[in-house]
Amino acid sequence: MLWLAIFFVVPLGYLAYQSLESGNVDFGYAFTWAWGNYWTAIRDYRTQFIRSIEFAGIATVIAFVVSYPVAYWIAFRGGRWKNLLLLCIIAPFFVTYLIRTLAWETILSDHGFVVRTLGNLHLLGVLGQNGHILSTGTAVVAGITYNFLPFMALPLYVSLEQIDPRLIEAAEDLYANKIRAFLRVTFPLSLPGVVAGTLLTFIPAAGDFINAQLLGGTQNHMIGNVIQSKFLELSDYPSAAAMSFILMGAILAFVAIYAFVVGTEQLTGTAL
Amino acid sequence: MSRGQSTGRDIVVLTDNDRYLGLMLKQGWAEKLDKSAIPNIKNLIDVQKHPSFDPNRDYTLPWQSGMTGIAYNKTLTDPVLSIDDLFGNPKLKGKITCLNDIGDAMTLVMLSNGDDPAHVTDKTWNAAFNRIKQASDSGQIRSFTGNDYGPPLARGDLSAAMSWSGDIPQLASPHIVWNVPKDGGAIWTDNMLIPKGGDVYTASVYMNYVYDPKVQGLMEAGDPSRNIVGIYYIPPVKGAGVWAKKFNPPVGSNPLIFPSTETLNKMHLFDNAALNNEKYLTQWNNLISG
Repeated sequence: MLWLAIFFVVPLGYLAYQSLESGNVDFGYAFTWAWGNYWTAIRDYRTQFIRSIEFAGIATVIAFVVSYPVAYWIAFRGGRWKNLLLLCIIAPFFVTYLIRTLAWETILSDHGFVVRTLGNLHLLGVLGQNGHILSTGTAVVAGITYNFLPFMALPLYVSLEQIDPRLIEAAEDLYANKIRAFLRVTFPLSLPGVVAGTLLTFIPAAGDFINAQLLGGTQNHMIGNVIQSKFLELSDYPSAAAMSFILMGAILAFVAIYAFVVGTEQLTGTAL
Repeated sequence: MSRGQSTGRDIVVLTDNDRYLGLMLKQGWAEKLDKSAIPNIKNLIDVQKHPSFDPNRDYTLPWQSGMTGIAYNKTLTDPVLSIDDLFGNPKLKGKITCLNDIGDAMTLVMLSNGDDPAHVTDKTWNAAFNRIKQASDSGQIRSFTGNDYGPPLARGDLSAAMSWSGDIPQLASPHIVWNVPKDGGAIWTDNMLIPKGGDVYTASVYMNYVYDPKVQGLMEAGDPSRNIVGIYYIPPVKGAGVWAKKFNPPVGSNPLIFPSTETLNKMHLFDNAALNNEKYLTQWNNLISG
């Protein structure tokens, strides 16, 4: 509780206080219940808010589609290679976030393999812009997906790994085919992992700004970039704090809706 | 600092085309230099002796300067010698970047518009701002960058970029050419100052040390025989060039690091008042985080 008070409640309280200040960096800021900061933020940066949710959402879905088969395969077919395979998923984490993101600059480079292949498949026009992938929304989403993939894969693995294989056998004994057994037994039992994975991916992804900064172009910035520039470039602390709160509110609302739809017991994993 | 507390730093370096240098001096957040500990101040180059923000250099000393111009990859494009070409040439669409620094970008574009960047009015601001915005909206400008345009330019993702002179020798690519745009370039200077509560004597002694031409020459050019890499920007210290040539001859005679008077005469400073105009700053920041 003390830990939570010192490292969560106090900074958050200060941020809330700051978000209601007015003034400027020349003359200092004063607390004035400036609720206007919130309205201005929503009015001026609606596009970036929506884009953040959109990019984070797409990245979460792709991460899920990619991770689920991988986690499934490791959990049920990994055998004695399980630990090694898991290590392979976590291995990129031993390299710093920034370097991993910069590596994507090379991967998606205009004369690189990926762009050439997409060009040959005639997909460059759909995914890219003026013949490049780098500095487009596609590159940002790719970077976010890659960077947060382990946050999706690991919870999925944990919940899949805990499933008793005898339950699937039982389903098959009861004349369920493989697909039906998966849809009626395996997938529902892995839901706590799905929920944990999507939340762990979506929440940090929505607030990310590194990917948009390094891989995005002039029209692909996320709300994190705006907050960063308000805090560090303009020293406009009140607006930046207000935007942080709006983002936090939006994410909380999203999580609440999500929890309502899938059922709260999945969030806590009590379904097992 | 507004509470008069020390920040724990003895020297900070702030650039003159940013709002904070002027702000710190205006607010009295800087300590006066101990000039008795800086006899080498005599080596300060003449053009830097009386800047508008600190006419007698009582509080600040230049650290390094740099020029802002255009760099292009000569294997990918014909020479790009003007902002008109950079922003207007359809062959460069999506292949160029613009600096995210308001002073640098605006100075170059205002010069290209035929306006004076040292005296910004709403009219000249709007003209330059809209021109950059248009180039950004149309996809001509691929992104706004700090000095991270370097690697993509060397790799060939970019054909040309608005660029800082010091970045180019650091890239050490034979294909990259840097030039002052036809209508003029920007010059900026990073200035050392002692924040309130800093140790004035220690800081002054350090400043004296870097104003020794031999030390400055080594800092600038590096010394390959000792594996020391230079900083490759423009030194504010007389006589540094002579030493730089001894330590590292090719760097010591690089015109980007030791530019001619003719080049320096084409350089302009951005209006300091515009750097503190909240409306302009917000507009600019909204553009670069679009």
